[in-house]
Amino acid sequence: MNIFDIIGPIMIGPSSSHTAGVVRIAKITSKLLGETIVKAKVYFSGSFTTTYKGHGSDKAVMGGLLGYNADDIRIRDSKNEFIKRKTDISFDTEDLSEYHPNTVKIEVTGESGKRISVIGCSVGGGSILIRRINQYEVQFDATYNTLIIPHNDISGLIAFVARVIAEHQINIANMKVFRSERGGKAIMIIETDQLIGKEIINQLQSNSNIFEITYLEPIE
Amino acid sequence: MSNFDSIKDLVEIADQENVKLSDIILRLQAKELGISEEQLLERMRITYHEMVLSLENAVKNDKKSLSGLTGGDANKLFEAIKTKRSVLPEFISKIIARALATGELNACMGKIVAMPTAGACGIVPAVLLTVKEENSIDEDVALQGLITAGGIGLVIANKASISGAKGGCQAECGSAASMAAAAMTKMLGGTNEMVANAAALAMKNQLGLVCDPVAGLVEVPCIKRNVGGAMIAIAAAEMSLAGIKSVIPVDEVIWAMKNVGDQMSVNLKESAKGGLAATKTGKEITENFIKSY
Repeated sequence: MNIFDIIGPIMIGPSSSHTAGVVRIAKITSKLLGETIVKAKVYFSGSFTTTYKGHGSDKAVMGGLLGYNADDIRIRDSKNEFIKRKTDISFDTEDLSEYHPNTVKIEVTGESGKRISVIGCSVGGGSILIRRINQYEVQFDATYNTLIIPHNDISGLIAFVARVIAEHQINIANMKVFRSERGGKAIMIIETDQLIGKEIINQLQSNSNIFEITYLEPIE
Repeated sequence: MSNFDSIKDLVEIADQENVKLSDIILRLQAKELGISEEQLLERMRITYHEMVLSLENAVKNDKKSLSGLTGGDANKLFEAIKTKRSVLPEFISKIIARALATGELNACMGKIVAMPTAGACGIVPAVLLTVKEENSIDEDVALQGLITAGGIGLVIANKASISGAKGGCQAECGSAASMAAAAMTKMLGGTNEMVANAAALAMKNQLGLVCDPVAGLVEVPCIKRNVGGAMIAIAAAEMSLAGIKSVIPVDEVIWAMKNVGDQMSVNLKESAKGGLAATKTGKEITENFIKSY
């Protein structure tokens, strides 16, 4: 924790955990989809189920899906923007308490038919933890430069990724691999202090065992 | 071990070097963040201007909160001040109205700076900006006040808590009151020791305060508790600047806040199950609110 966690964050009220944190989870979901959203389904769990409207958590989700940051005043009108864009969105509740008392699941469908499902926890003060992406149980807080690399679970692939990153003098702060089944599909989460350039992403993407990569800069 | 584990230690370092507490906080935090002191100062200036803007918007705001429960109270007091119907000196009435206004802005999805939390976001701006205005204080000195408040808040966060769910309202409005008292004392020329005493005196007056939000919303009683925090802050600064000391040293007061928070029932820590949330009216509001879903 540093002085800007005490004098800050600058945010749209009323609640750092129920508003600002939710914007961040939704923004990451939208980045993972990487295309225009045509349909979204949101499931609130825990304390969200009774207070999400009063905390504007629904508008926070829509704001995040529109790509807004937690301090963007347009969050207040995000619902109108959804109506204007004719984006279909529904809100429901689901018990996801095994993750955290403040958890939300967001499922989005893009114009190409691509679908992404994210489970995120708002762990306090606007900080978040992403716990699931599609079928993968993951864990990252998006405070680093983060590469999300879905891939085939085959030998040598992790070494390939590490080598490409090292060749560009980027230091890996954390690296985690999560897989749904042995020899099936897996997902790699790489966190670095430095920014990761397009060149690196293109080089990684050229490997046929790697699916669509998502790159997140530290959340604001 | 963090450098921000003891206010006494920070004061000692500052006194030994014959500099202000805010200089030490600035230096240590710049190092922690891996940036220069100038860069930290510029980032803090951006936050400061957001705070100024947020207060301006708060004063103009006439919206009701999302739940419809709150809103419009600050305007009643601003109107009383304008028409000379308010009974307190204007300096104090203004702080009350501004603390309310920022709390109300937060409740209707306005842009605020959490200090240290969104629920307690009205205390530091109301005190700091009104003291600045009334005493024609330079922006750079106000920034030193904000940095002092940040350093005090950081020690409280490290040694106790700034979360209502962990420590009750004493951890949110109490921490904000300590921070505001420290900032005001610094801005009005208090010594480093006076800054520490002001923080202690403010926190002592908030010990035991429970977090009991009606329907779990950051509205009742949060908005009006920002007023209590701000009043305690200016009283603490007034006492400290006159040379009054806290018998219990500031770090021990912070320890006591944690100790009280740990002993507090979970019903009284943001769960909306005790205190005002559990009153007859509090429950009725909750039921009506849930029905509207």
